[in-house]
Amino acid sequence: MKSIWIIAKRELNSFFDSLIAYILIIVFLGLSGFFTWLYGSDIFFIGQATLQPFFSIAYWTLFFFIPSLTMRMLAEERKSGTLELLLTKAISDWQVVLGKFLSVLLLIIIALILTLPYYFSIWSLGPIDHGAVWLGYFGMILMSMTFISIGLFASSITNNQIVSFLLSLFIGVFFLIIFDVLANSFTGTMGQFFSYLSLSTHYDSISRGVVDSKDIIYFASITFFGLLLAESVLSRRNIAD
Amino acid sequence: MSIIVENLTKKYGSQRAVDNISFEVKTGEIVGFLGPNGAGKTTTMKIITCFMAPSDGDVKVGGHSIHNNQEIIKKKIGYLPESNPLYYEMQILDYLRFVAELQGVPKNKIESRIIDMVRLTGLNDEKHKKIGELSKGYKQRVGLAQAMIHDPEILILDEPTTGLDPNQIVEIRKLIRELGREKTVILSTHILPEVEATCDRILIINKGKIVADGTSDLLKKQAQGEEVLKIQISEAESKDEVITSLQQLENISLVDPITESVNSYLVNSKVGSSSRKDIFQLCVNKNWVLTEMTPIETKLEDIFRQLTTN
Repeated sequence: MKSIWIIAKRELNSFFDSLIAYILIIVFLGLSGFFTWLYGSDIFFIGQATLQPFFSIAYWTLFFFIPSLTMRMLAEERKSGTLELLLTKAISDWQVVLGKFLSVLLLIIIALILTLPYYFSIWSLGPIDHGAVWLGYFGMILMSMTFISIGLFASSITNNQIVSFLLSLFIGVFFLIIFDVLANSFTGTMGQFFSYLSLSTHYDSISRGVVDSKDIIYFASITFFGLLLAESVLSRRNIAD
Repeated sequence: MSIIVENLTKKYGSQRAVDNISFEVKTGEIVGFLGPNGAGKTTTMKIITCFMAPSDGDVKVGGHSIHNNQEIIKKKIGYLPESNPLYYEMQILDYLRFVAELQGVPKNKIESRIIDMVRLTGLNDEKHKKIGELSKGYKQRVGLAQAMIHDPEILILDEPTTGLDPNQIVEIRKLIRELGREKTVILSTHILPEVEATCDRILIINKGKIVADGTSDLLKKQAQGEEVLKIQISEAESKDEVITSLQQLENISLVDPITESVNSYLVNSKVGSSSRKDIFQLCVNKNWVLTEMTPIETKLEDIFRQLTTN
Protein backbone atom coordinates (compact mmCIF):
# COMPACT_ATOMS: atom_id res chain seq x y z
CA MET A 1 0.00 0.00 0.00
CA LYS A 2 2.85 2.35 0.88
CA SER A 3 4.61 1.68 -2.42
CA ILE A 4 1.41 2.41 -4.35
CA TRP A 5 1.22 5.77 -2.64
CA ILE A 6 4.91 6.51 -3.35
CA ILE A 7 4.33 5.91 -7.07
CA ALA A 8 1.11 7.92 -7.07
CA LYS A 9 2.75 10.82 -5.26
CA ARG A 10 5.54 11.00 -7.82
CA GLU A 11 3.08 10.95 -10.72
CA LEU A 12 0.92 13.63 -9.12
CA ASN A 13 3.98 15.82 -8.57
CA SER A 14 4.99 15.40 -12.16
CA PHE A 15 1.46 16.44 -13.27
CA PHE A 16 1.78 19.63 -11.29
CA ASP A 17 5.41 20.24 -12.24
CA SER A 18 4.81 19.89 -15.94
CA LEU A 19 1.71 22.15 -16.12
CA ILE A 20 -0.40 19.21 -17.32
CA ALA A 21 -2.48 19.43 -14.17
CA TYR A 22 -3.07 23.19 -14.47
CA ILE A 23 -3.97 23.02 -18.13
CA LEU A 24 -6.34 20.16 -17.49
CA ILE A 25 -8.05 21.86 -14.58
CA ILE A 26 -8.39 25.22 -16.34
CA VAL A 27 -9.73 23.72 -19.55
CA PHE A 28 -12.02 21.39 -17.67
CA LEU A 29 -13.44 24.19 -15.55
CA GLY A 30 -13.63 26.52 -18.53
CA LEU A 31 -15.41 24.11 -20.83
CA SER A 32 -17.85 22.80 -18.30
CA GLY A 33 -18.48 26.28 -16.91
CA PHE A 34 -19.09 27.71 -20.37
CA PHE A 35 -21.70 25.10 -21.24
CA THR A 36 -23.23 25.08 -17.78
CA TRP A 37 -23.72 28.83 -17.47
CA LEU A 38 -23.42 30.53 -20.81
CA TYR A 39 -24.15 28.53 -23.88
CA GLY A 40 -26.45 25.88 -25.34
CA SER A 41 -28.83 24.17 -22.97
CA ASP A 42 -27.36 25.95 -19.97
CA ILE A 43 -29.26 26.12 -16.73
CA PHE A 44 -30.89 29.45 -17.55
CA PHE A 45 -32.23 27.93 -20.72
CA ILE A 46 -33.58 24.93 -18.82
CA GLY A 47 -34.81 27.13 -16.04
CA GLN A 48 -34.25 24.52 -13.36
CA ALA A 49 -31.77 24.36 -10.51
CA THR A 50 -30.00 21.28 -11.71
CA LEU A 51 -26.40 20.28 -12.38
CA GLN A 52 -27.45 18.08 -15.29
CA PRO A 53 -25.93 20.31 -18.03
CA PHE A 54 -22.62 20.26 -16.15
CA PHE A 55 -22.60 16.50 -15.86
CA SER A 56 -23.39 15.86 -19.48
CA ILE A 57 -20.56 18.12 -20.65
CA ALA A 58 -18.11 16.81 -18.04
CA TYR A 59 -18.94 13.31 -19.21
CA TRP A 60 -17.49 14.09 -22.65
CA THR A 61 -14.64 16.27 -21.47
CA LEU A 62 -13.38 13.51 -19.23
CA PHE A 63 -13.68 11.02 -22.06
CA PHE A 64 -11.04 13.05 -23.95
CA PHE A 65 -8.99 14.22 -21.00
CA ILE A 66 -8.36 10.93 -19.29
CA PRO A 67 -6.60 9.28 -22.26
CA SER A 68 -4.38 12.35 -22.54
CA LEU A 69 -3.35 11.83 -18.93
CA THR A 70 -2.90 8.08 -19.07
CA MET A 71 -1.21 7.90 -22.46
CA ARG A 72 2.26 8.63 -21.13
CA MET A 73 1.95 6.61 -17.93
CA LEU A 74 3.55 3.37 -19.10
CA ALA A 75 4.36 4.15 -22.74
CA GLU A 76 6.85 6.86 -21.81
CA GLU A 77 8.47 4.74 -19.12
CA ARG A 78 8.88 1.96 -21.62
CA LYS A 79 10.36 4.27 -24.20
CA SER A 80 12.84 6.01 -21.92
CA GLY A 81 13.81 2.79 -20.18
CA THR A 82 12.76 3.99 -16.74
CA LEU A 83 10.35 1.05 -16.66
CA GLU A 84 13.39 -1.16 -16.11
CA LEU A 85 14.48 1.06 -13.26
CA LEU A 86 11.03 0.97 -11.70
CA LEU A 87 10.40 -2.74 -12.06
CA THR A 88 13.78 -3.71 -10.59
CA LYS A 89 12.94 -1.83 -7.41
CA ALA A 90 11.36 -3.64 -4.48
CA ILE A 91 7.80 -3.29 -5.77
CA SER A 92 5.45 -5.50 -7.69
CA ASP A 93 3.97 -4.82 -11.10
CA TRP A 94 0.57 -4.45 -9.46
CA GLN A 95 1.84 -1.69 -7.22
CA VAL A 96 3.18 0.20 -10.24
CA VAL A 97 -0.13 -0.07 -12.10
CA LEU A 98 -2.24 0.79 -9.06
CA GLY A 99 -0.01 3.74 -8.17
CA LYS A 100 -0.42 5.22 -11.61
CA PHE A 101 -4.16 4.55 -11.53
CA LEU A 102 -4.46 6.30 -8.20
CA SER A 103 -2.53 9.35 -9.35
CA VAL A 104 -4.84 10.02 -12.31
CA LEU A 105 -7.92 9.34 -10.22
CA LEU A 106 -6.76 11.82 -7.60
CA LEU A 107 -6.16 14.48 -10.25
CA ILE A 108 -9.68 13.95 -11.62
CA ILE A 109 -11.10 14.14 -8.10
CA ILE A 110 -9.24 17.41 -7.53
CA ALA A 111 -10.71 18.78 -10.78
CA LEU A 112 -14.19 17.66 -9.73
CA ILE A 113 -13.82 19.21 -6.26
CA LEU A 114 -13.01 22.51 -7.95
CA THR A 115 -16.39 22.39 -9.68
CA LEU A 116 -18.21 22.35 -6.36
CA PRO A 117 -18.71 26.16 -6.56
CA TYR A 118 -21.05 25.47 -9.50
CA TYR A 119 -23.09 23.30 -7.18
CA PHE A 120 -23.22 25.95 -4.46
CA SER A 121 -24.11 28.69 -6.95
CA ILE A 122 -26.97 26.72 -8.41
CA TRP A 123 -28.10 25.78 -4.94
CA SER A 124 -28.41 29.46 -4.13
CA LEU A 125 -30.53 29.98 -7.25
CA GLY A 126 -33.25 27.54 -6.39
CA PRO A 127 -34.24 24.23 -4.86
CA ILE A 128 -31.80 21.56 -5.97
CA ASP A 129 -31.94 17.79 -5.70
CA HIS A 130 -28.90 17.18 -3.51
CA GLY A 131 -29.08 13.41 -3.93
CA ALA A 132 -28.91 13.70 -7.70
CA VAL A 133 -25.90 16.02 -7.49
CA TRP A 134 -23.87 13.74 -5.25
CA LEU A 135 -24.80 10.70 -7.28
CA GLY A 136 -23.81 12.61 -10.39
CA TYR A 137 -20.36 13.19 -8.90
CA PHE A 138 -20.23 9.57 -7.78
CA GLY A 139 -21.06 8.43 -11.32
CA MET A 140 -18.37 10.76 -12.69
CA ILE A 141 -15.77 9.13 -10.47
CA LEU A 142 -16.89 5.62 -11.41
CA MET A 143 -16.75 6.52 -15.07
CA SER A 144 -13.30 8.07 -14.65
CA MET A 145 -12.03 4.90 -13.01
CA THR A 146 -13.19 2.90 -15.98
CA PHE A 147 -11.51 5.19 -18.48
CA ILE A 148 -8.30 5.39 -16.48
CA SER A 149 -7.97 1.63 -16.42
CA ILE A 150 -8.66 1.42 -20.15
CA GLY A 151 -6.10 4.17 -20.71
CA LEU A 152 -3.50 2.38 -18.62
CA PHE A 153 -4.00 -0.78 -20.57
CA ALA A 154 -3.60 1.13 -23.85
CA SER A 155 -0.46 2.73 -22.47
CA SER A 156 0.99 -0.58 -21.38
CA ILE A 157 1.04 -2.22 -24.77
CA THR A 158 2.97 0.41 -26.73
CA ASN A 159 5.86 2.80 -26.30
CA ASN A 160 4.21 5.41 -28.49
CA GLN A 161 2.06 7.90 -26.65
CA ILE A 162 -0.05 8.82 -29.67
CA VAL A 163 -0.90 5.18 -30.30
CA SER A 164 -1.79 4.81 -26.67
CA PHE A 165 -4.03 7.91 -26.75
CA LEU A 166 -5.88 6.86 -29.90
CA LEU A 167 -6.26 3.29 -28.72
CA SER A 168 -7.84 4.30 -25.45
CA LEU A 169 -10.23 6.65 -27.28
CA PHE A 170 -11.06 3.80 -29.62
CA ILE A 171 -11.84 1.39 -26.79
CA GLY A 172 -13.68 4.15 -24.96
CA VAL A 173 -15.93 4.87 -27.94
CA PHE A 174 -17.15 1.29 -27.84
CA PHE A 175 -18.27 1.61 -24.25
CA LEU A 176 -19.64 5.09 -24.70
CA ILE A 177 -21.43 4.90 -28.06
CA ILE A 178 -21.05 1.76 -30.12
CA PHE A 179 -22.47 -0.72 -27.59
CA ASP A 180 -25.37 1.64 -27.12
CA VAL A 181 -26.05 1.78 -30.85
CA LEU A 182 -25.78 -2.00 -31.11
CA ALA A 183 -28.15 -2.38 -28.19
CA ASN A 184 -30.75 -0.37 -30.05
CA SER A 185 -30.37 -2.31 -33.27
CA PHE A 186 -30.64 -5.74 -31.69
CA THR A 187 -33.57 -7.14 -29.82
CA GLY A 188 -33.86 -9.85 -27.22
CA THR A 189 -30.82 -11.27 -25.48
CA MET A 190 -28.31 -9.64 -27.81
CA GLY A 191 -29.92 -6.27 -27.24
CA GLN A 192 -29.83 -6.76 -23.49
CA PHE A 193 -26.24 -7.90 -23.65
CA PHE A 194 -25.07 -4.82 -25.52
CA SER A 195 -27.20 -2.59 -23.39
CA TYR A 196 -25.51 -4.07 -20.34
CA LEU A 197 -22.06 -3.47 -21.86
CA SER A 198 -22.86 0.13 -22.72
CA LEU A 199 -21.40 2.55 -20.23
CA SER A 200 -24.08 5.16 -20.81
CA THR A 201 -26.85 2.80 -19.65
CA HIS A 202 -25.19 2.45 -16.27
CA TYR A 203 -24.13 6.05 -16.04
CA ASP A 204 -27.65 7.28 -16.81
CA SER A 205 -29.22 5.09 -14.21
CA ILE A 206 -26.82 6.37 -11.56
CA SER A 207 -27.22 10.00 -12.54
CA ARG A 208 -31.01 9.58 -12.43
CA GLY A 209 -30.54 8.84 -8.75
CA VAL A 210 -30.88 5.07 -8.80
CA VAL A 211 -27.89 3.25 -7.40
CA ASP A 212 -28.08 -0.39 -8.26
CA SER A 213 -25.36 -2.81 -7.21
CA LYS A 214 -25.48 -4.01 -10.83
CA ASP A 215 -24.13 -0.65 -12.03
CA ILE A 216 -21.40 -0.52 -9.46
CA ILE A 217 -20.36 -4.07 -10.29
CA TYR A 218 -20.24 -3.03 -13.95
CA PHE A 219 -17.87 -0.12 -13.38
CA ALA A 220 -15.77 -2.02 -10.87
CA SER A 221 -15.36 -5.01 -13.13
CA ILE A 222 -14.30 -3.01 -16.20
CA THR A 223 -11.84 -1.10 -14.04
CA PHE A 224 -10.46 -4.29 -12.59
CA PHE A 225 -10.27 -5.95 -15.97
CA GLY A 226 -8.40 -3.01 -17.52
CA LEU A 227 -5.90 -2.94 -14.68
CA LEU A 228 -5.49 -6.69 -14.82
CA LEU A 229 -4.69 -6.49 -18.54
CA ALA A 230 -2.20 -3.68 -17.97
CA GLU A 231 -0.53 -5.65 -15.20
CA SER A 232 -0.32 -8.81 -17.25
CA VAL A 233 1.21 -6.92 -20.17
CA LEU A 234 3.85 -5.58 -17.80
CA SER A 235 4.58 -8.98 -16.32
CA ARG A 236 4.66 -10.67 -19.69
CA ARG A 237 8.41 -9.96 -19.75
CA ASN A 238 8.53 -12.32 -16.78
CA ILE A 239 6.98 -15.27 -18.51
CA ALA A 240 9.56 -17.65 -19.83
CA ASP A 241 9.15 -18.41 -23.48
CA MET B 1 25.44 -12.50 -0.12
CA SER B 2 26.22 -14.88 -2.92
CA ILE B 3 24.79 -15.21 -6.40
CA ILE B 4 24.52 -18.64 -7.96
CA VAL B 5 23.63 -18.86 -11.62
CA GLU B 6 22.61 -22.31 -12.77
CA ASN B 7 22.29 -23.33 -16.42
CA LEU B 8 20.82 -20.00 -17.39
CA THR B 9 19.41 -19.74 -20.90
CA LYS B 10 17.56 -16.89 -22.55
CA LYS B 11 16.21 -17.21 -26.05
CA TYR B 12 15.02 -14.39 -28.26
CA GLY B 13 13.15 -16.27 -30.91
CA SER B 14 15.58 -18.87 -32.12
CA GLN B 15 18.64 -16.92 -31.03
CA ARG B 16 20.20 -17.80 -27.72
CA ALA B 17 21.32 -14.57 -26.09
CA VAL B 18 22.46 -16.49 -23.05
CA ASP B 19 23.33 -20.10 -23.60
CA ASN B 20 23.34 -22.41 -20.60
CA ILE B 21 25.76 -20.47 -18.42
CA SER B 22 26.56 -21.29 -14.81
CA PHE B 23 28.78 -19.42 -12.40
CA GLU B 24 28.93 -18.38 -8.80
CA VAL B 25 29.80 -15.06 -7.25
CA LYS B 26 30.77 -15.12 -3.60
CA THR B 27 30.18 -12.44 -1.00
CA GLY B 28 32.67 -9.63 -1.23
CA GLU B 29 33.80 -10.55 -4.69
CA ILE B 30 33.99 -8.06 -7.54
CA VAL B 31 33.33 -9.80 -10.79
CA GLY B 32 33.75 -8.17 -14.16
CA PHE B 33 31.74 -9.25 -17.17
CA LEU B 34 33.72 -8.80 -20.32
CA GLY B 35 32.50 -9.46 -23.79
CA PRO B 36 31.86 -7.94 -27.18
CA ASN B 37 28.57 -6.19 -27.87
CA GLY B 38 25.65 -8.57 -27.91
CA ALA B 39 27.48 -11.27 -25.97
CA GLY B 40 24.74 -11.59 -23.36
CA LYS B 41 26.19 -9.52 -20.52
CA THR B 42 23.23 -7.20 -20.20
CA THR B 43 20.70 -9.99 -20.60
CA THR B 44 22.33 -11.93 -17.76
CA MET B 45 22.19 -8.85 -15.58
CA LYS B 46 18.56 -8.22 -16.43
CA ILE B 47 17.73 -11.75 -15.37
CA ILE B 48 19.61 -11.49 -12.09
CA THR B 49 17.81 -8.24 -11.28
CA CYS B 50 14.42 -9.88 -11.92
CA PHE B 51 13.57 -7.61 -14.85
CA MET B 52 13.41 -10.51 -17.24
CA ALA B 53 12.63 -14.16 -16.81
CA PRO B 54 15.07 -16.72 -18.18
CA SER B 55 13.90 -19.26 -20.74
CA ASP B 56 15.54 -21.92 -18.64
CA GLY B 57 17.67 -22.24 -15.55
CA ASP B 58 17.69 -20.46 -12.25
CA VAL B 59 19.48 -17.73 -10.34
CA LYS B 60 19.74 -17.89 -6.57
CA VAL B 61 20.54 -14.67 -4.78
CA GLY B 62 21.42 -15.34 -1.15
CA GLY B 63 19.51 -18.60 -1.40
CA HIS B 64 16.35 -17.00 -2.86
CA SER B 65 15.32 -18.07 -6.32
CA ILE B 66 14.35 -15.45 -8.91
CA HIS B 67 11.32 -17.58 -9.67
CA ASN B 68 9.78 -17.31 -6.22
CA ASN B 69 11.21 -14.48 -4.19
CA GLN B 70 11.56 -11.55 -6.54
CA GLU B 71 10.67 -8.90 -4.01
CA ILE B 72 13.20 -10.09 -1.46
CA ILE B 73 15.88 -10.21 -4.14
CA LYS B 74 15.06 -6.80 -5.60
CA LYS B 75 15.44 -5.21 -2.18
CA LYS B 76 18.96 -6.59 -1.82
CA ILE B 77 20.17 -5.51 -5.25
CA GLY B 78 21.25 -2.09 -6.37
CA TYR B 79 21.07 -1.92 -10.15
CA LEU B 80 22.44 0.54 -12.65
CA PRO B 81 20.92 -0.32 -16.04
CA GLU B 82 22.91 -0.02 -19.22
CA SER B 83 21.49 3.15 -20.72
CA ASN B 84 21.11 4.74 -17.27
CA PRO B 85 17.42 5.68 -17.61
CA LEU B 86 16.30 8.45 -15.25
CA TYR B 87 13.29 10.69 -14.76
CA TYR B 88 14.66 13.80 -16.41
CA GLU B 89 11.97 16.12 -15.11
CA MET B 90 12.76 15.35 -11.47
CA GLN B 91 15.26 17.10 -9.24
CA ILE B 92 18.17 14.98 -8.06
CA LEU B 93 17.16 15.14 -4.41
CA ASP B 94 13.51 14.33 -5.13
CA TYR B 95 14.54 11.47 -7.32
CA LEU B 96 16.87 9.97 -4.74
CA ARG B 97 14.14 10.33 -2.12
CA PHE B 98 11.68 8.57 -4.42
CA VAL B 99 14.04 5.64 -4.96
CA ALA B 100 14.91 5.44 -1.26
CA GLU B 101 11.22 5.28 -0.35
CA LEU B 102 10.54 2.62 -2.97
CA GLN B 103 13.43 0.51 -1.74
CA GLY B 104 12.09 0.66 1.80
CA VAL B 105 14.76 2.78 3.46
CA PRO B 106 13.38 3.68 6.93
CA LYS B 107 11.96 7.20 7.04
CA ASN B 108 14.39 8.54 9.62
CA LYS B 109 17.36 7.36 7.58
CA ILE B 110 16.30 8.61 4.15
CA GLU B 111 17.72 12.13 4.49
CA SER B 112 21.06 10.98 5.85
CA ARG B 113 21.38 8.34 3.11
CA ILE B 114 20.65 10.97 0.46
CA ILE B 115 23.30 13.28 1.91
CA ASP B 116 25.80 10.42 2.00
CA MET B 117 25.13 9.44 -1.60
CA VAL B 118 25.29 13.01 -2.88
CA ARG B 119 28.63 13.45 -1.15
CA LEU B 120 29.98 10.08 -2.25
CA THR B 121 29.17 10.65 -5.91
CA GLY B 122 30.23 14.31 -5.89
CA LEU B 123 26.82 15.72 -6.73
CA ASN B 124 26.76 18.28 -3.96
CA ASP B 125 26.94 21.36 -6.16
CA GLU B 126 24.30 20.12 -8.54
CA LYS B 127 21.83 18.60 -6.11
CA HIS B 128 19.01 21.08 -6.72
CA LYS B 129 19.16 20.76 -10.48
CA LYS B 130 16.76 18.77 -12.57
CA ILE B 131 18.28 15.53 -13.84
CA GLY B 132 17.59 16.52 -17.45
CA GLU B 133 19.85 19.56 -17.06
CA LEU B 134 22.89 17.52 -16.04
CA SER B 135 25.75 16.47 -18.26
CA LYS B 136 26.18 12.82 -19.09
CA GLY B 137 28.79 12.21 -16.42
CA TYR B 138 26.61 13.73 -13.74
CA LYS B 139 23.65 11.67 -14.88
CA GLN B 140 25.84 8.61 -14.54
CA ARG B 141 26.63 9.65 -10.97
CA VAL B 142 22.92 10.01 -10.23
CA GLY B 143 22.46 6.49 -11.62
CA LEU B 144 25.15 5.20 -9.28
CA ALA B 145 23.71 7.11 -6.35
CA GLN B 146 20.25 5.63 -6.86
CA ALA B 147 21.69 2.14 -7.15
CA MET B 148 23.47 2.46 -3.82
CA ILE B 149 20.95 4.49 -1.86
CA HIS B 150 19.44 1.60 0.09
CA ASP B 151 22.86 0.19 0.97
CA PRO B 152 22.27 -3.03 -0.96
CA GLU B 153 24.28 -6.15 -0.36
CA ILE B 154 24.67 -6.70 -4.08
CA LEU B 155 25.53 -4.13 -6.71
CA ILE B 156 24.94 -4.84 -10.37
CA LEU B 157 26.42 -2.15 -12.56
CA ASP B 158 26.07 -2.26 -16.32
CA GLU B 159 28.93 -0.17 -17.69
CA PRO B 160 29.26 2.09 -14.67
CA THR B 161 31.98 4.40 -15.99
CA THR B 162 30.61 5.36 -19.40
CA GLY B 163 30.48 9.10 -19.85
CA LEU B 164 32.74 9.91 -16.94
CA ASP B 165 35.94 11.91 -17.28
CA PRO B 166 39.26 10.24 -16.36
CA ASN B 167 39.31 11.71 -12.85
CA GLN B 168 35.81 10.51 -12.16
CA ILE B 169 36.60 7.10 -13.59
CA VAL B 170 39.44 6.73 -11.11
CA GLU B 171 37.15 7.86 -8.30
CA ILE B 172 34.34 5.53 -9.27
CA ARG B 173 36.73 2.59 -9.56
CA LYS B 174 38.09 3.38 -6.14
CA LEU B 175 34.55 3.57 -4.84
CA ILE B 176 33.67 0.22 -6.36
CA ARG B 177 36.77 -1.33 -4.83
CA GLU B 178 35.83 0.04 -1.43
CA LEU B 179 32.26 -1.14 -1.72
CA GLY B 180 33.49 -4.52 -2.88
CA ARG B 181 35.05 -5.24 0.49
CA GLU B 182 31.67 -5.95 2.04
CA LYS B 183 29.39 -6.17 -0.94
CA THR B 184 29.09 -8.45 -3.90
CA VAL B 185 29.61 -6.53 -7.10
CA ILE B 186 29.02 -7.54 -10.69
CA LEU B 187 29.98 -5.00 -13.30
CA SER B 188 30.14 -5.15 -17.03
CA THR B 189 32.41 -3.14 -19.23
CA HIS B 190 34.36 -3.30 -22.39
CA ILE B 191 37.14 -1.14 -21.08
CA LEU B 192 39.77 -3.76 -20.36
CA PRO B 193 42.06 -1.81 -18.01
CA GLU B 194 38.95 -1.18 -15.96
CA VAL B 195 38.41 -4.83 -15.15
CA GLU B 196 42.07 -5.25 -14.36
CA ALA B 197 41.94 -2.26 -12.06
CA THR B 198 38.74 -3.08 -10.21
CA CYS B 199 37.80 -6.73 -10.43
CA ASP B 200 38.88 -9.73 -8.42
CA ARG B 201 37.66 -12.02 -11.09
CA ILE B 202 36.91 -11.80 -14.78
CA LEU B 203 34.23 -13.62 -16.73
CA ILE B 204 34.63 -13.35 -20.47
CA ILE B 205 31.36 -14.00 -22.24
CA ASN B 206 31.03 -14.56 -25.94
CA LYS B 207 27.90 -15.53 -27.86
CA GLY B 208 26.04 -16.33 -24.68
CA LYS B 209 28.70 -18.63 -23.29
CA ILE B 210 31.42 -18.18 -20.70
CA VAL B 211 34.74 -18.58 -22.47
CA ALA B 212 37.07 -17.66 -19.62
CA ASP B 213 36.75 -17.39 -15.87
CA GLY B 214 39.47 -16.39 -13.42
CA THR B 215 41.64 -13.60 -12.08
CA SER B 216 43.39 -11.46 -14.65
CA ASP B 217 46.78 -12.93 -13.62
CA LEU B 218 45.49 -16.45 -14.03
CA LEU B 219 44.06 -15.70 -17.45
CA LYS B 220 47.31 -14.13 -18.54
CA LYS B 221 49.35 -17.07 -17.32
CA GLN B 222 47.13 -19.49 -19.17
CA ALA B 223 47.32 -17.54 -22.37
CA GLN B 224 51.06 -17.02 -22.18
CA GLY B 225 52.96 -20.10 -23.31
CA GLU B 226 56.50 -18.88 -23.69
CA GLU B 227 58.62 -15.96 -22.63
CA VAL B 228 58.97 -13.24 -25.24
CA LEU B 229 61.64 -10.57 -24.87
CA LYS B 230 62.29 -7.44 -26.78
CA ILE B 231 65.99 -6.68 -26.80
CA GLN B 232 68.12 -3.97 -28.29
CA ILE B 233 71.81 -4.53 -28.88
CA SER B 234 74.11 -1.83 -30.14
CA GLU B 235 77.76 -1.87 -31.18
CA ALA B 236 77.44 -5.23 -32.87
CA GLU B 237 79.11 -5.68 -36.26
CA SER B 238 76.04 -6.74 -38.17
CA LYS B 239 72.47 -7.78 -37.62
CA ASP B 240 73.06 -11.22 -39.00
CA GLU B 241 75.82 -11.96 -36.59
CA VAL B 242 73.60 -11.06 -33.64
CA ILE B 243 70.84 -13.26 -34.96
CA THR B 244 73.05 -16.29 -35.53
CA SER B 245 74.73 -15.92 -32.13
CA LEU B 246 71.38 -15.62 -30.42
CA GLN B 247 70.02 -18.64 -32.19
CA GLN B 248 72.90 -20.72 -30.96
CA LEU B 249 71.80 -20.20 -27.35
CA GLU B 250 70.07 -23.37 -26.19
CA ASN B 251 66.95 -21.83 -24.62
CA ILE B 252 66.02 -19.69 -27.57
CA SER B 253 63.56 -20.97 -30.12
CA LEU B 254 63.10 -17.99 -32.39
CA VAL B 255 64.80 -14.69 -33.12
CA ASP B 256 63.01 -12.03 -35.08
CA PRO B 257 64.61 -8.73 -36.06
CA ILE B 258 62.28 -5.78 -35.69
CA THR B 259 62.37 -4.07 -39.04
CA GLU B 260 61.47 -0.57 -37.90
CA SER B 261 64.43 -0.39 -35.61
CA VAL B 262 68.07 -0.87 -36.58
CA ASN B 263 69.15 -3.06 -33.73
CA SER B 264 66.06 -4.45 -31.96
CA TYR B 265 65.00 -8.08 -31.89
CA LEU B 266 62.10 -10.14 -30.61
CA VAL B 267 63.34 -13.27 -28.90
CA ASN B 268 61.09 -16.23 -28.07
CA SER B 269 62.36 -18.65 -25.46
CA LYS B 270 61.50 -22.31 -25.45
CA VAL B 271 58.43 -23.24 -23.42
CA GLY B 272 59.08 -23.25 -19.68
CA SER B 273 62.52 -21.67 -19.84
CA SER B 274 64.02 -18.22 -19.59
CA SER B 275 66.88 -16.93 -21.68
CA ARG B 276 67.49 -13.53 -20.09
CA LYS B 277 70.64 -14.63 -18.31
CA ASP B 278 72.10 -16.23 -21.43
CA ILE B 279 71.47 -13.17 -23.56
CA PHE B 280 73.22 -10.99 -21.02
CA GLN B 281 76.20 -13.35 -20.87
CA LEU B 282 76.40 -13.43 -24.66
CA CYS B 283 76.53 -9.65 -24.85
CA VAL B 284 79.25 -9.52 -22.20
CA ASN B 285 81.35 -12.10 -24.06
CA LYS B 286 80.99 -10.37 -27.41
CA ASN B 287 81.40 -6.88 -25.99
CA TRP B 288 78.04 -5.77 -27.24
CA VAL B 289 75.98 -3.18 -25.41
CA LEU B 290 72.60 -4.38 -24.29
CA THR B 291 70.53 -1.22 -24.28
CA GLU B 292 67.08 -2.72 -23.75
CA MET B 293 65.55 -5.93 -22.53
CA THR B 294 61.77 -5.88 -22.01
CA PRO B 295 59.61 -8.91 -21.32
CA ILE B 296 56.49 -8.72 -23.50
CA GLU B 297 53.41 -9.74 -21.55
CA THR B 298 50.28 -11.10 -23.05
CA LYS B 299 47.82 -8.33 -22.43
CA LEU B 300 44.21 -8.83 -21.45
CA GLU B 301 43.36 -7.27 -24.79
CA ASP B 302 45.09 -10.13 -26.56
CA ILE B 303 43.32 -12.76 -24.48
CA PHE B 304 40.05 -11.02 -25.06
CA ARG B 305 40.56 -10.84 -28.81
CA GLN B 306 41.76 -14.38 -28.98
CA LEU B 307 38.69 -15.70 -27.13
CA THR B 308 36.02 -13.59 -28.76
CA THR B 309 36.98 -13.56 -32.41
CA ASN B 310 36.69 -16.62 -34.54
